[in-house]
Amino acid sequence: MGKYVVKRIFLAVVTMFIVCAITFFAMNAIPGGPFDGEKAVSPEVKAALEQRYNLDKPVPEQFVLYLKNILHGDFGISLKTGRDIKTTIFESFSISAKLGGMAVVVALILGLFFGSIAALTRNKLPDRLIVFFSTLFASLPSFVFATLLLMVFCVQLGWVPVWSVDNQNYVLPVIALAAYPMAYITRLTKTSMLDALGQDYVRTARAKGVAQWKVIFKHTLRNALIPVITYVGPMTASILTGSLVVEKIFTIGGLGAKFVDGITNRDYTLIMGTTIFLAVLMISVNLITDIVYKIVDPRIKLD
Amino acid sequence: MDNMNKDINSMPKKSLFSMQIDLKKFEKATDEEKKQQDVMSESVSFFKDGMRKLSRNPLAMGSLVVLILIIAAIFIVPHVVPYSYSQIITVNGKRDKSAANMAPFEYSDLEQEYMAEGGKVFPHIMGTDEMGRDYFVRVVYGTRVSLSVGFFAAMIVLIIGVLYGSISGYFGGKVDLVMMRIVDIIYSLPDMLMVVLLSVVLREILNVDSIPMLQKIGTNMISLFIVFGLLYWTGMARLVRGQILTIKQNEYVLAAKVSGAKSGRIIRKHILPNCVSVIIISAALQIPSAIFTESFLSFIGMGVQAPMPSLGSLANAARAGISVYPYKLVFPAVMICLITLAFNLLGDGLRDAFDPKLRR
Repeated sequence: MGKYVVKRIFLAVVTMFIVCAITFFAMNAIPGGPFDGEKAVSPEVKAALEQRYNLDKPVPEQFVLYLKNILHGDFGISLKTGRDIKTTIFESFSISAKLGGMAVVVALILGLFFGSIAALTRNKLPDRLIVFFSTLFASLPSFVFATLLLMVFCVQLGWVPVWSVDNQNYVLPVIALAAYPMAYITRLTKTSMLDALGQDYVRTARAKGVAQWKVIFKHTLRNALIPVITYVGPMTASILTGSLVVEKIFTIGGLGAKFVDGITNRDYTLIMGTTIFLAVLMISVNLITDIVYKIVDPRIKLD
Repeated sequence: MDNMNKDINSMPKKSLFSMQIDLKKFEKATDEEKKQQDVMSESVSFFKDGMRKLSRNPLAMGSLVVLILIIAAIFIVPHVVPYSYSQIITVNGKRDKSAANMAPFEYSDLEQEYMAEGGKVFPHIMGTDEMGRDYFVRVVYGTRVSLSVGFFAAMIVLIIGVLYGSISGYFGGKVDLVMMRIVDIIYSLPDMLMVVLLSVVLREILNVDSIPMLQKIGTNMISLFIVFGLLYWTGMARLVRGQILTIKQNEYVLAAKVSGAKSGRIIRKHILPNCVSVIIISAALQIPSAIFTESFLSFIGMGVQAPMPSLGSLANAARAGISVYPYKLVFPAVMICLITLAFNLLGDGLRDAFDPKLRR
């Protein structure tokens, strides 16, 4: 177990390093320095600026310095707004984290609920309806779904107010963000629940006369949960990428929207900062999930 | 003769332990008896059996029909409809500026005049877009672009994944260990972020203008393919390696080795046929995933090069006028939905029909 954890952490650190390297060298490959912008700068000012941001040093040295700065939490300043990227990330991430957290909870609860219902009513009407809708949600791009939600419930019906700083209504963004993971968890829960229902210990419990709800909650659902844990890592990734889309559509100033803005404005330091931040976040979640998975199910042998 | 037969037939019942031969058992078989030995049905090959199972699955068959219709449409429609994806509608040689943003089956004033004079105008089945281009043709071309992006991405994943996975699985040992650690690392890279990052970089440094074929689809799609080639094959490589490792341990492979088969023959005759169905299914499921990635890239403004449409870029462009012209979002969105749904359902059906492990 200890050996496994160490190995897993080592792998995660290597991956994070590779992400940083790819990001840094990819951005460096773009022709033109950050100060060759619209406004002409005098050579002296440019030299001073380059010295300030270590741009006069050779590229490998710049990379080492960049890594050092990242470890200190210093992502540099935005090329377009001149703001400190660390503050931008933390400010916008608090909104994204709230949104993403709610979406995770909604997706998990509803996914487990619908998945269990589908497994328990196999081949009957509720199962067929749930399977139909979960397949439909899984085959609709998130920006189409979010746009439809916005159009129908905000604009046409007027049930939900449009997002603004004073009126932060999370209902529609959370639904838009949770739809895909929810559909996936539903299908996952259904299969693992059906698998668990066919096990011998469930038959034994039923033969003993254990109440139906107890069989479901104690014997089946608990075991059906294990595969769902493995999905937490991919779910985080999907919700983070989904937030790029959803935040932009609902005009929420979260990290995802900042990232998309950075791309449209060609704000390379912002793109670098957010990419590394999001990547480290995803890799950490994956690491934790893998370790938790191992603890929860001792049957699993991970070499 | 007759007498002898009678003798045989009336043979005394033999005692339990007697060595006396029951001559009845050595009579010639009658035609009727011979018929019983005939094989009732033809022997069924693995492929035929799978196809039969597939044809009993209505969802999978429906998806197959839908896909065939879509593919037929993207080849036939551009020849039938007299508009092209980038051409602004012209009536009688004149550019029709009033033809922008028309509803399905609507005709512009100029077109109505022309029709009143006896000219023929092909109906705009899905209306026109904001620049006065026929939307139906654009959706058809968008489907074509999206499907080919999906297809090429799947091919890249298939080729790299199968090569890498089979080398790793076949050689085993240290080679396998090193190759799989590399896969582990690539697998844990956040793929969407890397797609975006590489697209940002490649659109600056790639110069596709020199190659006319690539120019049409644009830098962003090239970077999409590059990213698929760099990152997305890991799942396929793991799958192939796992398949080869399990198949290698089967008794029939051992039997083939014992009877002196060379490894080339073992790979061709025993290993490949057993994992090819799984590989093809998983490659087919890459197509909707690539279409999704492309539509995501279109959303953040890094899709195919204009004026070439893709389903994602059409849907994204339609968001601007969504409250006035909702149909412009609905058509490409329904197409994306249909394609991904059909591929997923067909993939599930194929898996049920061809995966030997699922047979019980």
